[in-house]
Amino acid sequence: MSDATLGEICVVAVADTFRGDGEIFASGMGTIPMLGARLARATFEPDLLVSDGEAFFVANDLPVGGTDKQVEGWIPFRSVFDTLWGGRRHVVMGASQIDSYGNQNIANIGDWNKPKSQLLGVRGAPGNTINHTTSYFIGNQTNRVFVEKVDTVSGIGYDRAAELGEWVKAHHELRRVVTNLAVYDFNTPDHRMRVASLHPGVSIDDVTAACSFELVIPSDIPTTRLPTDEELRVLREVLDPKSFRDRELPAA
Amino acid sequence: MADKRMTEDEAVATLSDGMTIGIGGWGSRRKPMSLVRALLRTDLKDLTIVSYGGPDVGLLCAAGKVKRLVYGFVSLDSIALEPHFRAARQNGTIPEVVEYDEGMLQWGLYAASLRLPFLPTRAGLGSDVVKNDPSLRSVKSPYADGEELLAVPALNLDAAFVHLNRADERGNAQFLGPDLYFDDLFLNAAAVGRRFMSVEKIVPTEDLLKNGTIHTMKINRSMVDGVIEAPNGAHFTNCQPDYERDEKFQKEYADAAKDPETWKAFVDTYLSGSEADYQKAVAAR
Repeated sequence: MSDATLGEICVVAVADTFRGDGEIFASGMGTIPMLGARLARATFEPDLLVSDGEAFFVANDLPVGGTDKQVEGWIPFRSVFDTLWGGRRHVVMGASQIDSYGNQNIANIGDWNKPKSQLLGVRGAPGNTINHTTSYFIGNQTNRVFVEKVDTVSGIGYDRAAELGEWVKAHHELRRVVTNLAVYDFNTPDHRMRVASLHPGVSIDDVTAACSFELVIPSDIPTTRLPTDEELRVLREVLDPKSFRDRELPAA
Repeated sequence: MADKRMTEDEAVATLSDGMTIGIGGWGSRRKPMSLVRALLRTDLKDLTIVSYGGPDVGLLCAAGKVKRLVYGFVSLDSIALEPHFRAARQNGTIPEVVEYDEGMLQWGLYAASLRLPFLPTRAGLGSDVVKNDPSLRSVKSPYADGEELLAVPALNLDAAFVHLNRADERGNAQFLGPDLYFDDLFLNAAAVGRRFMSVEKIVPTEDLLKNGTIHTMKINRSMVDGVIEAPNGAHFTNCQPDYERDEKFQKEYADAAKDPETWKAFVDTYLSGSEADYQKAVAAR
């Protein structure tokens, strides 16, 4: 029986989204996505490039909040844009809202013209999603986050991408959505969101109760894999000794 | 050789109502705050502000100076959401709002700096950026692919404000931190005569390379009309490696913004006098 926490299961699930990506920029927004990228690079995906969250690629396994950087490259924002427009990046972003085709909103809640709640603005989400692989991490899946229709489409989903011509269809990829309850993908004929795995102890009723749209539910749903002993060691001893992962996502 | 040294107040005196002003930096990083504070001291109104927004946008919104805001995001970094910007959006007090993808904003500035009417991109297509700005147009590739691309219009600026680490009195400047952001594009997108650059320290030209390598010297004097020596001028945003963000002050700012009474007290304490008064009040905390 593993003693892995929910935060650790989520970090590993995020890390798994980078599997097979090779020599590209693995970019994570927020503690758990950043840890996922660093864990993937430290274990099964060694060619990934990861940044310090500021402007440098780091070659060493930098802990969260760590400053002892072995710099292997310079990635100021202009280079980030060049890299992402060139497609050599996979980002894991957050989402204040997401719908069944993976349209994501981080801009505002309510009518854009006079929002009930102004959030960040669309940031880089439109450009990210149209140019390279994108995944999402959502630490609090509820039916107000998994919505029928997002208030402002920031990152574009599969239905929007399908209207944009051949190039976009060939390059747009939403790989996975990792939440505190489950992992989802879009591997369905019409690219609607599907339950890929349930975290240990989570039932299908738990996820449908925390979702306002109709999820694709396969007949056989695996349990999200647990971290290996080596992954737990790297995470606990090297990448996150102060356990920021559990502060971001305390166990229920 | 022109000596371009001037004060913040002389710089903002060249501006008029309704102008479009681009502000360099990124979020709460290396913002030309002493120039923004000078702007707050004027009667200027109906401004268009173009920014990767931080407290510059928040302060100008709170002061009611913004008629049109063009941004990719507004954030204080360590505090994710900018309180004055949020309030202005939620109360509908910014008459015209243009929300772009971050890369679109770069492209608009770059188009202006190259004197092109637009630059094509895919960023923004399919998103609500195009729904929320109906003036945006697409353009069809004239080549065999025939792809439909978004034509980001040039963001021509009437004036630009940026804050760098070092410069000589003619406007050759260098950034010593990790990222230039898009400060060179803001300067190049702005009208000649109103490209203003504050710096931590003005040094003799021959001393510039003592501070950093040639790669730090991305701003040359043909890009700059006014040089303002403003030690701690980016406060409370960061200006690495000269100083980090003043997180304590930023928190005080964000907390004060929550309530009109506390905000009035903040303005009385910090923003009712000159830049020297501001720096004195900050130091006296």
